[in-house]
Amino acid sequence: MKLNLKVWRQKGASTGGKFETYTVEANEHMSFLEMLDVLNEQLIAEQREPVSFEHDCREGICGTCSMVINGHPHGPMKGTTTCQLHMRHFNDGETITIEPFRSNSFPVIKDLVVDRAAFDRIIQSGGYISVNTGQAQDGNAIPIEKDLASEAFDAATCIGCGACVAACPNASAMLFTSAKVSHLNMMPQGEVEATQRVLNMINQMDSEGFGACSNITACEAECPKEISVKNIARVNREYFAAVLASEKNPSK
Amino acid sequence: MNWFVRFLTSSIGKKLIMSLTGLFLCLFLVVHLAGNLQLLLDDGGEAFNIYAYIMTHNPLIKAVSYGTYFFIILHAIQGIILAIQNRKARKSKYSVTVTRTTGTNSFAARQMALLGSLILVFIGIHMGDFWWKMKSGQTSMEKYDSFQFEVQNLYEKVDATFANEWIVLFYVISMIGLSFHLLHGFQSAFQTLGLNHSKYTPFIKGLGKGFAIIVPALFALIPIYYMFIK
Repeated sequence: MKLNLKVWRQKGASTGGKFETYTVEANEHMSFLEMLDVLNEQLIAEQREPVSFEHDCREGICGTCSMVINGHPHGPMKGTTTCQLHMRHFNDGETITIEPFRSNSFPVIKDLVVDRAAFDRIIQSGGYISVNTGQAQDGNAIPIEKDLASEAFDAATCIGCGACVAACPNASAMLFTSAKVSHLNMMPQGEVEATQRVLNMINQMDSEGFGACSNITACEAECPKEISVKNIARVNREYFAAVLASEKNPSK
Repeated sequence: MNWFVRFLTSSIGKKLIMSLTGLFLCLFLVVHLAGNLQLLLDDGGEAFNIYAYIMTHNPLIKAVSYGTYFFIILHAIQGIILAIQNRKARKSKYSVTVTRTTGTNSFAARQMALLGSLILVFIGIHMGDFWWKMKSGQTSMEKYDSFQFEVQNLYEKVDATFANEWIVLFYVISMIGLSFHLLHGFQSAFQTLGLNHSKYTPFIKGLGKGFAIIVPALFALIPIYYMFIK
């Protein structure tokens, strides 16, 4: 299949970017990233600069791949990462627009690669539990109700790719932050630091310059892991309780 | 920073203000509508004029009305601030924009600020049409046997205003705008408050849809009735 690609090219964070068009011959069984690999080999053969894009596992579980394809983060398929998106979902001769995730908090490093360190700093502010390392505990030492465990696990499936920010008209990071707060706060292990966690993570999220959540739900619609906006409501509840009913304040 | 100021200026705090003021204004809409529906009575405006007199002379209602003005202004200013800040969070725009949503009307959700601005302009013009004319005494006085005081004839002003097709058209368009604003806003207010529950949320969303359609439709019915039916 023959495809026309309109790809965003940008040399660095401080320079402006523009679209360039390429034609590529792809196979419908290829993944989207494999199709880009073909493009890059073509560009290298022509001694032109290949398109920079991020990838790691190519199994849809690491959250490294990104890019906005025809206006959808990770492309038009529901619940699918870019690496798991296959070319059979596109038509022969189609023009595909490929852009980086766009948000001030995710500055472009090069072409389609953006710096998502803002997410790392949100995690650093509270996305962990403080326990001594050592022998792993017996799995059943702390009884947890199955439904609760499943709900926490649903939140924990967030791969932190940033598609929620990319999809949100406000570039809000609430879905990511709420998933990360939720999966720990719902578990007995995370409950110990729950109040401080929600205060710190929301505070860090705000200081990173993401927009505020308007409950548009574009994040849930585009999330490759289909994380629910129920997590956002949960975090709002926990944030109100933490601010109004506890003695605690954000750590910084 | 003081903890309470920090709370109200946090992203969630700002949304809380939008949510609470929005829900209060939904309540105001119901009361306002209930009063205005008296305009559909075939009594020459007696019930409506007496109602208008009570609404402007009861000290408790007066106090609530000042609260309403304050909440309208707060909701509008906070909404404008949020819209500007949210726009600024993405300086370089996408060349292709498609907004898919899961639980709300996508057009309404994206255009809340635009719809809100239309409603704000409407409120200004609407108050100029009636509130100001009443305050500045541009109305004639009327005495009804059923009521002890002489009352201002606001009904006459309504009748005259809704004889103008441009005003009627503007009122109807504004109510369509309000309908979309409520279509997203009503259920969104509950989500912001943290009320997302598998038992209650389907009810809230259904109620929100009904509210967003019925309330503006009944408001719009009044100018349409005066123009075409009465």
